[in-house]
Amino acid sequence: MKKLGFYPGCSLKGSSSEYAQSVLAVAKAFDIELEEINDWNCCGATAAHNMNKELALSLSTRILALAEKQGFEEVVVPCAACYNRLTVTQHELNKDEALKQRVSDIIEMPISGNLQILNVMQLIDKYVADRLEQKVTTPFGHKVACYYGCLLVRPHNILKFDRLEDPQSMDILMKRSGAEPIEWGFKTECCGAGFSVSRTDVVAKLSGNIVKDAADRGAEAIIVACPMCQSNLDMRRPQINEYLKQKINISVIYITQAIGLAVGLSPKEVGLQKHFVPVKIG
Amino acid sequence: MIANQKSILELQQHTGVNVNRCYQCGKCSAGCQLADEMDFPPSMVMHMLQTRDEELFQQLLNSKTIWLCVSCQNCIERCPMSIDIPQIMDYLREKSAGEHKINHQSRDIVAFHRAFLDSIKYTGRLYEIGLIAGYKTRTFHLTQDVKLAPKMYAKGKLPLVPEMIKGTRNIKGIFSKTKI
Ligand code: SF4
Ligand code: SF4
Repeated sequence: MKKLGFYPGCSLKGSSSEYAQSVLAVAKAFDIELEEINDWNCCGATAAHNMNKELALSLSTRILALAEKQGFEEVVVPCAACYNRLTVTQHELNKDEALKQRVSDIIEMPISGNLQILNVMQLIDKYVADRLEQKVTTPFGHKVACYYGCLLVRPHNILKFDRLEDPQSMDILMKRSGAEPIEWGFKTECCGAGFSVSRTDVVAKLSGNIVKDAADRGAEAIIVACPMCQSNLDMRRPQINEYLKQKINISVIYITQAIGLAVGLSPKEVGLQKHFVPVKIG
Repeated sequence: MIANQKSILELQQHTGVNVNRCYQCGKCSAGCQLADEMDFPPSMVMHMLQTRDEELFQQLLNSKTIWLCVSCQNCIERCPMSIDIPQIMDYLREKSAGEHKINHQSRDIVAFHRAFLDSIKYTGRLYEIGLIAGYKTRTFHLTQDVKLAPKMYAKGKLPLVPEMIKGTRNIKGIFSKTKI
């Protein structure tokens, strides 16, 4: 059994627990063990890096340092926002020795900066994709809109993950799971990110445009790989529908839930009942 | 040298961005999804910095723009000169908060960030109930989303007790050492 480090991040422990549940279930179905980083802290998300750069770097570095201490070479980070923060932080430290030393002093831990940080698609590509097709028992036979959001693909020179304006990795995985990904224009547009509470109106508008385009083009579900995208598109649907002045019922499911269903896991095992907009496919 | 050069020099030193390289093509503003909510769209921010006018710089510190920018990185990716506008926004935000020049219409956004950071400071992780409580006491938006929390709880999405990490002293140390 392959063992990798695991950084769930705060939302996977709370409002997006079904994401964690489905990541772990899919990993297990493919004989991968994900072991949590001991005593991990919050990466600071938007708040830290909006208010104080050094704080943002230090919070993320503490996580990286703990993972190194535990002996992991690879760490899986399912949340796109955490993935972005951790990857960008490691990049910044590695290009500036003095900064690395300063941050290491602040967190009172050494840091080498050699971790492989994988998002959920990279995890699947690397350890699951080869075996995916042969394991599919119930093909995900629906039209889907693969929604990547901003933080999974940008900044490209640091994350080096997929194409900028028309990424493909999620579309390919969904095809292998038996789905039919649609062509649409909102793959990497912003959902309103961390404004869910402080500017719900902005989220309603930006997420509303995404939901509407997906529905207009005939998608039966939106597939996501980020808890922030999921909760904006799903939990904020009442505000979205109010903004759109129409009721759109399209469900928003995680890539790991879709793959899980395709390889025969039950809706319950991947946590589908936890969504606000009911999921009627599967 | 005009007195106002200083702010721009400092900005360039901290961010490594040369504001003169922007040639005002407007691609950043065209692609920015928050531009129509902003008082100054991103290309205008660049233009204001290029003037080196201290008054305009102060207007930026006091703008809605800097708090509305979600750091989505679209502008830098589309900019023909690869100008790191998100980095400039980070710099302006930190300075605006440090100098108490936060735009009063953006106070809710900043209150949310502060409540978020408080939660991390005391428990090491984000405690969502604490975050909302902290946000509400800061903004007095007491009735907002009252129906959402019970639904989240019913779906097992809202733990009632915070998860305290062991290294909270370490986290507090990080906060005190990085305070601006
Ligand atoms: S895209 Fe770049 S060059 Fe064009 S206006 Fe924006 S910052 Fe200036
Ligand atoms: S990073 Fe900020 S300024 Fe740039 S496109 Fe995104 S929201 Fe607009």
